[in-house]
Amino acid sequence: MSTPQSQASLSALADRWLPKLVLSPTLLISLVFVYGFIAWTGWLSLTESRLLPQMDFAGLVQYQALFENDRWWTAVANLGIFGGLFIGCTLAVGLFLAVLLDQKIRAEGTLRTIYLYPMALSFIVTGTAWKWMLNPDMGLQKVINDWGFPDFTFDWLVDPDKAIYTVVIAGVWQSSGFVMALFLAGLRGIDDSIIKAAQVDGASLPVIYWRIIIPSLRPVFFSVLLILSHIAIKSFDLVMALTGGGPGTASDVPAIFMYQFAFTRGQLGLGAASAMMMLMTIVAVLVPLMYMETRSAKRG
Amino acid sequence: MAKHLTPGRIVLYAALLLMAIYYLLPLYVMLSTSVKTLDDIRGGNLIALPQSITLDAWSKAWSSACTGVECGGMKGFFWNSVKMAVPSVLISTLIGAVNGYVVSMWRFRGSDVLFTLLLVGCFIPFQVVLLPMARLLGELGIANTTSGLILVHVIYGLAFTTLFFRNFFVTIPDELVKAARIDGAGFWTIFLRILLPISGPIFMVCVIWQFTQIWNDFLFGVVFAAGESQPITVALNNLVNTSTGVKEYNVDMAAAIIAALPTLFVYMVAGRYFVRGLTAGAVKG
Repeated sequence: MSTPQSQASLSALADRWLPKLVLSPTLLISLVFVYGFIAWTGWLSLTESRLLPQMDFAGLVQYQALFENDRWWTAVANLGIFGGLFIGCTLAVGLFLAVLLDQKIRAEGTLRTIYLYPMALSFIVTGTAWKWMLNPDMGLQKVINDWGFPDFTFDWLVDPDKAIYTVVIAGVWQSSGFVMALFLAGLRGIDDSIIKAAQVDGASLPVIYWRIIIPSLRPVFFSVLLILSHIAIKSFDLVMALTGGGPGTASDVPAIFMYQFAFTRGQLGLGAASAMMMLMTIVAVLVPLMYMETRSAKRG
Repeated sequence: MAKHLTPGRIVLYAALLLMAIYYLLPLYVMLSTSVKTLDDIRGGNLIALPQSITLDAWSKAWSSACTGVECGGMKGFFWNSVKMAVPSVLISTLIGAVNGYVVSMWRFRGSDVLFTLLLVGCFIPFQVVLLPMARLLGELGIANTTSGLILVHVIYGLAFTTLFFRNFFVTIPDELVKAARIDGAGFWTIFLRILLPISGPIFMVCVIWQFTQIWNDFLFGVVFAAGESQPITVALNNLVNTSTGVKEYNVDMAAAIIAALPTLFVYMVAGRYFVRGLTAGAVKG
């Protein structure tokens, strides 16, 4: 048993099995808690479950109820507004900042630290801070009033038609520094000689950026879009802290809809159906983006 | 490129400065509001400096503010978050390190497929697992406990931690491991003696990423923990949205800063790892 050969073969045997053995608990966990749970939720969405889960197949009744629910469509419309504006503005601000910071700036490190710190905060903290700042009585509105514009009003937070836009404001504030960091990393990876050559040819700096540099950041654009759309579709905390989905249900988003129906209103089936819709939305958005990302990465 | 102060450069710096003010404004407002008296808040305006500085709101936020029916301040919930975050971060990081080691250095037939299957866990909206998870925690008898939250955070953190370590280990030359194997080093020896000593940076990245995620989490906290065991983000939200009595904005802001301090501190002392984690988590290798 203790001859060197048998020990060697024993350890070789161990080395063949150990990796699989070590990985298997995680795989099992993933199988149960990701795939299994998705299947469970999917099945639940096909039953008539209300307060308690029941497992009898009932077809698409929950989805039918979901699509007849006005509140769901408010949430979907809000996700569209929020997602579009949030992604667009965050992308624009982040890219703008990255280009500015790329101009061999003094104190770049300090500025970067300032631009990025909101990313370390919880969306709940961000929401709390902005809720106070956007307070129509004592917030920014009053600051502007005190500065000599007494008629200025800014009450989006309590205006049912505008409340969702305040979520965009706070969301862009929180996430744009992060996008800046991603673009800056991309910009730093670009070969200086391309820029110098273009300058020799007489191209101005804005033209160089617009025509040469920004197009070469394609892969970064895809990653950024991927992350931002993911944040947007899942957005829950920020809305909860800032508007609570209100006034009324005016700034509801699907994640809040799901939470409320599944956990406070005891409509498990409807909650499960809305969760499945969120999953499908993420798949529908992310899969094409990932496909394009890998394609552009291969070409680049 | 010219570095003199041309008009263009002045505009550039002005724009950068303006943006810096935009990002700092909410932090300043939170801080200054938290040290104002309520009269000062009502009489003055949002961005005015405090007339006098008082820490009353801070002590109230820490130890006696009401979050719903309870009035014990943020103190208990802060420690809940600590008790939840520390074990979750450590466990998920250690398992992730070993997993990453396997899928990068000990690839076997099908391991790439398994890794991809695992990665799906990074992308799912957690709403699709909330209902079964709530039921499972209930049946295990750990619903509404910190242990339950730790379990949830470990499970759904594994995909990310595995990804981090895998992306780090694939950059290490194969020769290193091959040479060690020829010398007779086994699976664990290679991991402990060769890879762990050079893995300091990726451990930092992973720990910081996980800590920020778990400390800042609200969804799992609000669904799986109620009452006494809720984490600080949930308590903060309850405090701010409790609508009984006079609204004490200074207490709200002090509580918000308390909730933000641990992650802000980590960001200040280890910012470069934080940024690396964000980009590593984002740009998949």
